[in-house]
Amino acid sequence: MMLTCKEVSRLASQGLDRRLGLGERARLRLHLAICDGCRNFRKQLAFLRQAVARLGDPDGR
Amino acid sequence: MKDFRSQVEGERPYLMRYASLQLRNRQAAEDAVQDTLVAALAGEAGFAGRSNLRTWLTGILKHKIIDAIRKSAREATLMPAGADLSEFDALFDDTGHWAQAPADWGNPDQALGQKQFFAALEECLARLPQKTSQAFLLREHMGLATGEICKELGVTSTHCWVLLYRARVALRECLEKNWFRK
Repeated sequence: MMLTCKEVSRLASQGLDRRLGLGERARLRLHLAICDGCRNFRKQLAFLRQAVARLGDPDGR
Repeated sequence: MKDFRSQVEGERPYLMRYASLQLRNRQAAEDAVQDTLVAALAGEAGFAGRSNLRTWLTGILKHKIIDAIRKSAREATLMPAGADLSEFDALFDDTGHWAQAPADWGNPDQALGQKQFFAALEECLARLPQKTSQAFLLREHMGLATGEICKELGVTSTHCWVLLYRARVALRECLEKNWFRK
C-alpha cells in the first residue's frame, strides 16, 4: 500500500525524532520519489531545524 | 569586579528576550534571567574570558529555562492526552493528499543571513500553543532527545511526536505565508 501525503508528512516529522524502521523508510522513499509536495515538506522541516537552532545566536541578533 | 558586573548586567535585555520566547511568561523569564545573572556573577572564574560573554550567559540560561519548564510542567494540572490529529484534516483532502501542496522555497538558506527572517520566525513561534512551542524549542533549539522532552513536559512519547509534528506543520505554513511568498 502506498502511503498518503498525510502519512508521509507525519513520518517525515518523526524521522527527525526517532529512527524509522526499514519498512517505513522504504515506503517514505517510494512516496517522495513521485511527490513534489512531500519532498518540499521534508526539505522545509530540515531547514526549520537549521533556522531554529540559530535562533538568538549571540552574533548580533 | 565592577566592570564584569556591569557587562553581565548589560546582557539582561538580550537574555530576557531569549527567555521570554521560550517560556512565554514574563515572571518565569525574569526569574530564569535573574538566576542566570546571579550564577554568572558567582561563577565569574568559570568565564575567564574563554568565550563570548553572551554565549556563556546563554549557556547558563538554557539550563535555567529547562528547569523552569520542568517546574511548570510539574505544577500544571493534568492536560488531556491531546494526541488528536483532526486539526490537520483541513490540510489534506479525503484521499490524504495535500489540499495545498507545500511550495518550493528555492534556496531558503539565504534567509538565515537576514535579521527580519528571524523576527518572522519568532512571530510564527509565538502563535503556537505554549506546550507545542516549548516541545519544539526543546527539541530543535536545545537539541534534547525526544525521550527527555516527554519527561520534562510530562507527556507520552506519542504525544511528544504529535506536538513536534504540529509545531513543524504550523511553522512551515506560517513561514510560507509570511516570508517565502512575500
